[in-house]
Amino acid sequence: MARVSIDVGLCKGCELCIPFCPHDSLTMSRHLNEHGLPTVYFKEDHPCSGCKYCAVMCPEAAIEIFN
Amino acid sequence: MKSSTNKKHLLMGNEAAAEAAILAGCRHYYGYPITPQNELINHMAIRMPQVGGTFLQAESEIAAIYMAYGGAAAGARVMTSSSGPGISLMQEGISYLAGSELPCVIVNVQRGGPGLGDISPSQADYFQAVKGGGHGDYHNIVLAPASVQEIADLVYDAFDLADRYRNPVMLLGDAQLGQMMEPVEFRKTPRTHQTVKRWALTGAEGRARNIVKSFYPVKGELEVFNIRLQRKYRAVEQEEVRYEEVNTQGAEIILVAYGTCARICKEAIRRASGTGLQIGLLRPITLWPFPKEPLRRLAKKARAFCVVEMSAGQMVEDVRLAVLDRCPIHFYGRMGGGVPSSREILKKVLNILAPEGTLELEIPEIPTELGKGLYFSTIP
Amino acid sequence: MQALYSAPKTLLRTPSHYCPGCGHGIAHRLLAEIIDEWGIRGKTIGLAPVGCSVLAYNYLDIDMCEAAHGRPPAIATGIKRVHPDNIVFTYQGDGDLAAIGMAEIVHTASRAENITVIFINNAVYGMTNGQLAPTTLLNQKTTTTPEGRDPLAHGYPIRICELLATLEGASFLARTSLSSPKNISQTKEALKKGFKTQIEKKGFSLIEVLSPCPVYWRMSPVESLKFIEEKMTQTFPLGVFKDWEKTVSAPGGQATEV
Repeated sequence: MARVSIDVGLCKGCELCIPFCPHDSLTMSRHLNEHGLPTVYFKEDHPCSGCKYCAVMCPEAAIEIFN
Repeated sequence: MKSSTNKKHLLMGNEAAAEAAILAGCRHYYGYPITPQNELINHMAIRMPQVGGTFLQAESEIAAIYMAYGGAAAGARVMTSSSGPGISLMQEGISYLAGSELPCVIVNVQRGGPGLGDISPSQADYFQAVKGGGHGDYHNIVLAPASVQEIADLVYDAFDLADRYRNPVMLLGDAQLGQMMEPVEFRKTPRTHQTVKRWALTGAEGRARNIVKSFYPVKGELEVFNIRLQRKYRAVEQEEVRYEEVNTQGAEIILVAYGTCARICKEAIRRASGTGLQIGLLRPITLWPFPKEPLRRLAKKARAFCVVEMSAGQMVEDVRLAVLDRCPIHFYGRMGGGVPSSREILKKVLNILAPEGTLELEIPEIPTELGKGLYFSTIP
Repeated sequence: MQALYSAPKTLLRTPSHYCPGCGHGIAHRLLAEIIDEWGIRGKTIGLAPVGCSVLAYNYLDIDMCEAAHGRPPAIATGIKRVHPDNIVFTYQGDGDLAAIGMAEIVHTASRAENITVIFINNAVYGMTNGQLAPTTLLNQKTTTTPEGRDPLAHGYPIRICELLATLEGASFLARTSLSSPKNISQTKEALKKGFKTQIEKKGFSLIEVLSPCPVYWRMSPVESLKFIEEKMTQTFPLGVFKDWEKTVSAPGGQATEV
């Protein structure tokens, strides 16, 4: 299974990645990053098939996918 | 909002300029977005349709100045506005306006330059405004407000001056004046009907036709036209000089500054009161025609002039030309969007009075210091 | 652990000044991916416009030049004539390209200049507060069309791809969008085709990318993607308008020798 890595310092909380995940594995965290912006996070124990849709949508290139 | 007279409004400089133009009967505005005058164009977008006027966001500043040229040729009161790079684009059009003897009001909300620069206040477009900017022998009448109230008053007067002399009139502001908010009263009489211009293009029904042009290819004609233009400019120099003197009676050092710098100089004078330093200010309100006479008069008694500008030194040259060697002339300037503080100006004055550094002064602190830089953002 | 996708090296990963959900970030990333994949970082020269992406050079690690508003195609012409074997692209917004820069883009396309133009169309002037753009949709509200764009007062939106398709010098013209992973993929393919057009000296290429501006459309980023799919594509249909590889009648963008 693949893994998603989100650079919270780059994320601006635009939420563009969330609706495109086929497994509904992304959601907004209540955590604000060092710039005071809300960020996204990958839900615990949710699947990732490595489709890369989230990384493709991200305007900040904050998402990287690993095997 | 309506610019109802006898009522105080809290407005941005840019907004006050727009309202004053409408009060003066301007019903045609052409512009293009550029920081720091976006509030002027945005305000016109709302107000012009309300008063049945024309508002058009042109495809570029070049298009905007020529749309204004058309409106002026048709006999209407027209206005356009821009900043640095956009005003540079308009220079050909302004030369054409002067050469065709068309009235037009142009507002330049100066920003740091050269090139794309930044969006902070600057006074580095003085040469461009006062010495020509466009090609050929002509002058813009140049007005320099120093408060939002003065913006409102001078924009109104600008239309009268433009019509009276059939010439472009430029209002030289800066990012600080354009975007700061102050209370303003619209005290002048609202102009609701357009002045009729005998020379304008309206269709030659019942009269000999009018031609609007600046082309005089027949040998000798252009020289005759230029002599006539120059005679007009001498008349403007005779009649339309405006300036303000603050504390100049008995002043040792006369500061010379306009716009935002003049405000800061006034603060320097206030801070120095009671310290024994005799500082005065001559504030030109018309940059062209330049107030040469008061400068020559003050040069007889003052110890020195100190010109303060947000540039590398532009108006200082005109001060030197007016005063010649009657009195020493010093300069203090900040460039590239830098804004001087009253403290820096007072330090410069001390330096002039005692270059060896023997004079020291307790300059009372202002309770809140603004810090090293001033930041201006267009997004409220 | 093997990386399935990592951010391209040509993209300088620093927090950007763009608004959350702005399309510029996606477009910059696609450009950086292509430059990385093709190994052309050392050969590419980009031009930044005046507009929100004036600071594009802070994010793309290639030689870049700033241009006056609307003039990138002219400056790109100057650069390309000195370095015909480099890849020269301009990156322009709708005000830069279709308003003040209209003369430059038409003539650069008509001259079949071997450059690639990336035209980010978000139907509004972002940097200066959300004013009307040449590509603003009818009835769209902006700060200079507060009641909505009315053709009688403000004219009609301009379709750049269709307009430039009438010019023989234009070799590849495509309109794509950033509204979904599939559309973003297609944008990347179109950008690659644009660069290919230039590398093979086939003439002028332009890729118009429909991009979201959530702040001045007064929408959330996700809503702005829907606006592109449902509204923008009505006025600006996606597709390829000129392709030197597929049509025989087009002269392939080469000026005929006299």
